[in-house]
Amino acid sequence: MISTQNLTKRFGKVQAVREVSLDVREGDRYGLLGPNGSGKSTLVRMLLGLVYATSGSISVLGEQVPRHVSRVLPEIGALIEEPAAYPHLSARANLRLLDAAGPHGSRRTRRRRVDDALEQVGLAGIDRRPVRAYSLGMRQRLGLAAALVRRPRLLILDEPTNGLDPRGIRDIRDLLIGLNASGVTIFLSSHLLPEVSALCTRIGVLDSGALVLQEQLASLQEPTGRVLVSTSDPERAVGALDGLVERRDDTDLLVRSADPAALNRRLVAAGVPVTALLVQRRSLEEIVLDVTGAGSDQFGVPAAREPGPKHEPPAAAAPEDPPPAAAPEDPPAAAAPEDTDMS
Amino acid sequence: MITVELFKLCRRVRTWFSIGLICALPLVVAIFIAVTHLAPPPGQGSAFLSAVLDNGQLYPAAALALVLPVFLPVAVAVVAGDSIAGEASAGTLRYLLARPVGRTRLLVAKLVAVITFTLIAVVAVTVTSYATGVLILGPSRAAAVGFAPGGNSGSIAPGAGGAPTAGLQPGAAVTSLSGTPLTTLQLIERVLGAMSFITVSMLGVAAIAIFLSTLSDSALGAALGALATLVGSEILVTLNAASVVQPYLPTRYWLAWIDFFRQPIFWRDIQRGFAIQAVYVVVFLGAAWANFATRDITT
Repeated sequence: MISTQNLTKRFGKVQAVREVSLDVREGDRYGLLGPNGSGKSTLVRMLLGLVYATSGSISVLGEQVPRHVSRVLPEIGALIEEPAAYPHLSARANLRLLDAAGPHGSRRTRRRRVDDALEQVGLAGIDRRPVRAYSLGMRQRLGLAAALVRRPRLLILDEPTNGLDPRGIRDIRDLLIGLNASGVTIFLSSHLLPEVSALCTRIGVLDSGALVLQEQLASLQEPTGRVLVSTSDPERAVGALDGLVERRDDTDLLVRSADPAALNRRLVAAGVPVTALLVQRRSLEEIVLDVTGAGSDQFGVPAAREPGPKHEPPAAAAPEDPPPAAAPEDPPAAAAPEDTDMS
Repeated sequence: MITVELFKLCRRVRTWFSIGLICALPLVVAIFIAVTHLAPPPGQGSAFLSAVLDNGQLYPAAALALVLPVFLPVAVAVVAGDSIAGEASAGTLRYLLARPVGRTRLLVAKLVAVITFTLIAVVAVTVTSYATGVLILGPSRAAAVGFAPGGNSGSIAPGAGGAPTAGLQPGAAVTSLSGTPLTTLQLIERVLGAMSFITVSMLGVAAIAIFLSTLSDSALGAALGALATLVGSEILVTLNAASVVQPYLPTRYWLAWIDFFRQPIFWRDIQRGFAIQAVYVVVFLGAAWANFATRDITT
């Protein structure tokens, strides 16, 4: 659906995007991740023909962009950074106006499509108030509705859940998963890791303009070969497991084991009261922080974490570097709160 | 897309507010003149004002002369300067282009909207000032005002602008600035000629403002830039030392439409005025298109 080859964009001396070869397949829910200023927005704008690449090529829905961008854009719904609307007009007037501005927006079906889109994003009962009076969340929903009015085959969404409350975030997630099930490919960029983790099937990670990782999320999150065991009798468990325990934190044990069922049988046989058993997987946060450096909005902050081994599949590196589970080291304070913020 | 732009123009409060202001100025002037019967003496003040006391039907011409130096260019520059930069700073530009609206199409639609606005403003001033003139000043005794053709009629320097200079003659019909009576048909023709000339002059302003609007993301910056160009041009027009460039300045022939009210019509400056504005329109719109079509949209 989207493929780029060695896509590069320079703004003067700044190289915003470097040699990116993106591969988004039909039916994907693709999440583009990266710190602030890593080039996500520039990349999205290049896909839509708003920003012209310095070098490299782009193909979207089988057409060359930007040359044939007018052929593909009618089939794409886009949210480009913040939503924007004419503040003195109502939601419906804004959507009708935008639909009327371009081709392939049949006047006959316009009212129906606008109403459907508003209903999809939870604004069905919206009145004639001007957009000026809307809350941030309502504007965000309106922006999504604008992307849906043409019933696109491909959605390109920049930070789609920005400004939404937890219920709004879940509504939009359900909406996107439902659209995806009906055949819409979704490409979204975000720095909200829990969002991407809950929604996406495939991720790409940008760091300083370069695509440092692109993989199915499921294969990145293979079990790490460790199981977290909670028990009310940790002493007996440690005795029974005989050297397999890598770390102990009060009643929680991190146990090396590739077969949780066998581990459980062994514990039960030894009379250990198991209260919880959890197969350890790498969290998206660990995956992303592993391959990215500090965001470009940080200045004068000592590099809290060395950039991980780039271009190397982190899944392979995982066994040597087990994630701390029971007593996680504090992630770098500068990066963590922002990256995982749900609100 | 053109329909959409016209709809947006019509739904902006600013559009009607500025046209209202433009129409209000001649009304206020007419009221003062009617109450005090103190029109500027011939040869001073704005064009035609000394004549309107004697003939209200000439008031549209006087009104156009009143709004031309400042009000009309400001309104046109604001609307034209807002065309692309306003959409850019509101963030709606990227959504329009991703809709997709071709960049050339968008520019053409914006141009049509600006032309429409200018036409509405000029027509509104003419119509309201005709009503004002007839109702407040009255079509009383007509004045025949003589005026020497040529001279400084193109300059808009105070006092030098094409102000009627000669005295009054009793008569029944509207008379030209040259003293000969004009039939109603002739008057209509000439008012239409003046309106089209002024509209084209404003298009020169609009072209500069649209060009700046594609350069900047600030609508205010684009409008002020275009106005600064005009102010600079007006200063140079009155500066003898700048006589080399004067024939090419955008405001050099701005007041040439006054020549429509001579008998016979004095065409030389009118033609030059049309020609110079056409050059400005073509050059600046071409530059606007070249810039906008190749620009990265990062707002």
